[in-house]
Amino acid sequence: MRKLYHFNGGVHPPTHKEQSTQSPIVQAGLPSRLVVPLHQHAGNCAKPAVKVGDRVLKGQLFGMPEGSVSSAVHSPTSGTVTAIDMQVVAHPSGLPDLCITLTPDGLDEWIPRVKTDYLTTTPEELRKLLKLAGVVGLGGAVFPSDLKLRPGKKKVKTLVLNGAECEPFITCDDMLMRERADEIVQGAEMLRHMLDADEVLIGIEDNKPEAIAAMQLAVSASSYRKLEVVAVPTIYPGGGAKQLIRVLTGIEVAAGMRSTDLGVQCFNVATAYSAHRAIAHGEPLISRIITVAGNVQHAQNFEALIGTPVHELVALAGTKTGTTAYIMGGPMMGVQLPSDKVTVTKATNCIIASSPALFPPPPPELPCIRCTRCVEVCPAELQPQDLYWFSKSRNFGKAQEFNLFDCIECGACSYVCPSNIPLVQYYRFAKSEIWANEREKDSADIARERHEFHLLRIEREKQEKAEKLALKEKAARAAKEAATKSQAEGSNSDTTTIEALRAQVREIARPETEVPKE
Amino acid sequence: MLIALLVMSVLALILGAVLGFSALKFHVEGNPLVDKIDAILPQTQCGQCSFPGCKPYATAIAAGEADINRCPPGGEEGIRKLAELLNLEFKPFGEDTAATKPKSVAVIDEYTCIGCTLCIQACPVDAISGAAKQMHTIIESECTGCELCIAPCPVDCIIMVPIQENITTWKFRYPSASNPSAANNMAKLS
Amino acid sequence: MFSPFITHAGSVREIMFKVLLALTPGIAIYAWYFGPAILISITLASLTALATEAVMLKLRQRPVLPFLRDNSALLTAWLLALSIPPLAPWWLVVVGTMFAISISKHLYGGLGSNPFNPAMVGYAVLIISFPSHMTSWIAPQGMGQLELGFIDQLQYIFAGLLPNGVSLDAVSMATPLDNLKTHLHSGHAMAEIVKEPIYSYLGGRGSEMVALAYVAGGAYLLANRIITWHLPVTFLLALFATAGLFHLADASHYAPPLFHLFSGAAMLGAFFILTDPVTSPTTIRGKFIFAAGAGFLTYVIRVFGGFPDGIAFATLLMNICVPLIDAYTQPKVFGKKGNK
Repeated sequence: MRKLYHFNGGVHPPTHKEQSTQSPIVQAGLPSRLVVPLHQHAGNCAKPAVKVGDRVLKGQLFGMPEGSVSSAVHSPTSGTVTAIDMQVVAHPSGLPDLCITLTPDGLDEWIPRVKTDYLTTTPEELRKLLKLAGVVGLGGAVFPSDLKLRPGKKKVKTLVLNGAECEPFITCDDMLMRERADEIVQGAEMLRHMLDADEVLIGIEDNKPEAIAAMQLAVSASSYRKLEVVAVPTIYPGGGAKQLIRVLTGIEVAAGMRSTDLGVQCFNVATAYSAHRAIAHGEPLISRIITVAGNVQHAQNFEALIGTPVHELVALAGTKTGTTAYIMGGPMMGVQLPSDKVTVTKATNCIIASSPALFPPPPPELPCIRCTRCVEVCPAELQPQDLYWFSKSRNFGKAQEFNLFDCIECGACSYVCPSNIPLVQYYRFAKSEIWANEREKDSADIARERHEFHLLRIEREKQEKAEKLALKEKAARAAKEAATKSQAEGSNSDTTTIEALRAQVREIARPETEVPKE
Repeated sequence: MLIALLVMSVLALILGAVLGFSALKFHVEGNPLVDKIDAILPQTQCGQCSFPGCKPYATAIAAGEADINRCPPGGEEGIRKLAELLNLEFKPFGEDTAATKPKSVAVIDEYTCIGCTLCIQACPVDAISGAAKQMHTIIESECTGCELCIAPCPVDCIIMVPIQENITTWKFRYPSASNPSAANNMAKLS
Repeated sequence: MFSPFITHAGSVREIMFKVLLALTPGIAIYAWYFGPAILISITLASLTALATEAVMLKLRQRPVLPFLRDNSALLTAWLLALSIPPLAPWWLVVVGTMFAISISKHLYGGLGSNPFNPAMVGYAVLIISFPSHMTSWIAPQGMGQLELGFIDQLQYIFAGLLPNGVSLDAVSMATPLDNLKTHLHSGHAMAEIVKEPIYSYLGGRGSEMVALAYVAGGAYLLANRIITWHLPVTFLLALFATAGLFHLADASHYAPPLFHLFSGAAMLGAFFILTDPVTSPTTIRGKFIFAAGAGFLTYVIRVFGGFPDGIAFATLLMNICVPLIDAYTQPKVFGKKGNK
């Protein structure tokens, strides 16, 4: 039996996972229209690679990665590009972002798919391949996977595969492991090969015995000897990357630290599956498994194309009256969607139809009584009551001093707060204010620099002018001298020299820029 | 009596030496206060404070010649930060100062522009590109929104456009005490 | 709406209610040994507290009902009533409770913002302003020269009238702690003093039973995770250790440590007063420092100070230190503990 470590706190919310694990994954099929956002990953927005009116094939590049932290976006099916514009996307702000609208032609015609043998390809080329295939972390953070595969300061000993899936309602990873364990295991071996890791630990919460069994079977059936399935205790947020790494290896990855520098890396099981599809089948990331649960007729998992409208996906599970909103993600960390017309992205692991019966509005907020129940459950070992106090009073410097940015926003503190304070909301507010302040400071610094340069330039121009003026005076003096000289000599016929000198003076004194006046 | 005098003089000598030594040892070059004040100012270089730029205003504040409430682009938050740095009381904007506006950038109507270069000369951060008799363009990312280019334009082709919030600059709002009711969100859904 | 969308059932109201519930065995034993007067003062304090709370909330323009229902005012009232002599005149209870709720709670910002334990502030004000009223404690059952019935107690509390021919001295007496201090001051030895009938196995007759009931209440709170063990255990250990050291050094002048644990408000303080979350530190190390300091100070005030008991002043003194303690005991967070 492997030694497991534990992290501080955690909570045990009701799981609600049974409903959506009754039936196998269903293909969601082609919707009437697909709206694919170009910014579905952490980092820079992808640059459009198609034009309106283009006929595109399934898997064709829609957006080119821009810069090192970015990823590609692809056409989910074949059809015609009908718009490239700003549309409301699955984001809590409800603001529009650049999207490509595709009208499917129903043929679902693939681009030529190139299979790659990962054993004969260098890790660097494989990373490039993953970036161009748009493979990003499917656990929710959508961080480009190729960046997580870069070698760190230390040799990677352990690759952690995250199949914990601790959030209530979400079962997409569970179902994927039950049904496609072989491909996950192959993908895991590819990732292990790229990192040259000594072992792969596949962490699955012990409330998913079927997934554990399926994965164990797939591992023992494979020829890979460095993989091990480990059942971890069920506790929220045990599926957080930092928490799972801690549980499996004892290593604590602090905020702002690269885990490869500590000799460990973590990928979601669905990411390993997508990496396998990209490398072994040449298929970019254009679909994912999404749990549809909550206030619906039949909660279940769908394999849906990226860009499928939420209302069309929910309709497949059977809508029910009383639904007031849709939540993307789980009830602990998910976001309420601005509308059901937005489309699913690579980050969409779950859609919950929410109703007041399912998630009753919280009772009114009371003052903090410093009971420290939040401290007891905080997996980052923070002092949430202090962070709340500083965030509430807009004392951002102090909040940062108290490690605000180590908060993973898991919501455990809000979950247990007897005063019903939306603690995480205060932390998000403080974080975005700090980011905004930093952006403002950066642009002020640039403006200062440019202004200083501007002053320098004016000064330089002034100097140049003065120099020219001095030159002109000198020339004038010389002309005068020459004139008097020639007069003194008594020769008044020699006017040509004077004319030449005058021309010289004009030449020097001419203004360098001509400002036309109206 | 004599002993007391001696002790006091020796003490005075020693302490004086310590002070003198630390004055040399911990000497700071330049005037860091001006830089600290300048770091708080928004660097729009707009001159709304009646000084020809942020640095001159910072110098004037440091010298005690200017009030801390003369910078509209910095907003009340800026006054608060200055008050904190200088250990002064917060002071609201005076009657004579311009109102704080939402952060904007200047945009040139390129069909009207005659290419006179007057705005190029007025821009304190060289954010306008163009040449004589050719249409000018404002580099949006470099524009501080100072509005100094508006007055010189002979054809009034420059307008100020408030910066719209987008997904990357969007901020989580301060949590409101009351919970927005679910009905509120339903309206958006349908 | 923003995540999390689900919350764990639990409220301030429920926490405070459980603390009140945990106090009931102590109150029952109290009433059994010292007569029903305590029930009268608790009722009086509760009514005053609720009324003052409502008025203060109204004045501060806060919603009255949600705060009135949080049970925190009731808890302050009960703790204060349990700290002052049950035979105290009605106005003493009213003045103390009003002061506790209005000045030491609401003027500091209400629930969650008061730096000092309101009940202990109320107690401190009363013992400084009306020392004589605060030291005439009711004699336990079978100990006084006379016993007052319920009606007699009521009459005394509200009208200051005793039955004909009965003096206050006849029905009241000093607490064991006070008695011990007076006798030690007049030169008696420990061994001689404890032979008096008001002393029993652990502490004072009757009051030791009340203290045991408080322990039971504390155990209930611990089991329900309303409080954690850190504060009560550290406090009791510190009090025990300090008392033990003095007792070891000079057994004839210093009472045994167990006597200190079961006398006065030690148990009430350990489980119900120090554990007030608002006025105690939030860090684990801070809790140890806070409780140890309170235990030590309690002993020092009891034995060397001029007041009959030390819990209130020890608590208040440590309350002042809480922000400092918290600031200096911040724990290292996840990933920043210098692990390999």
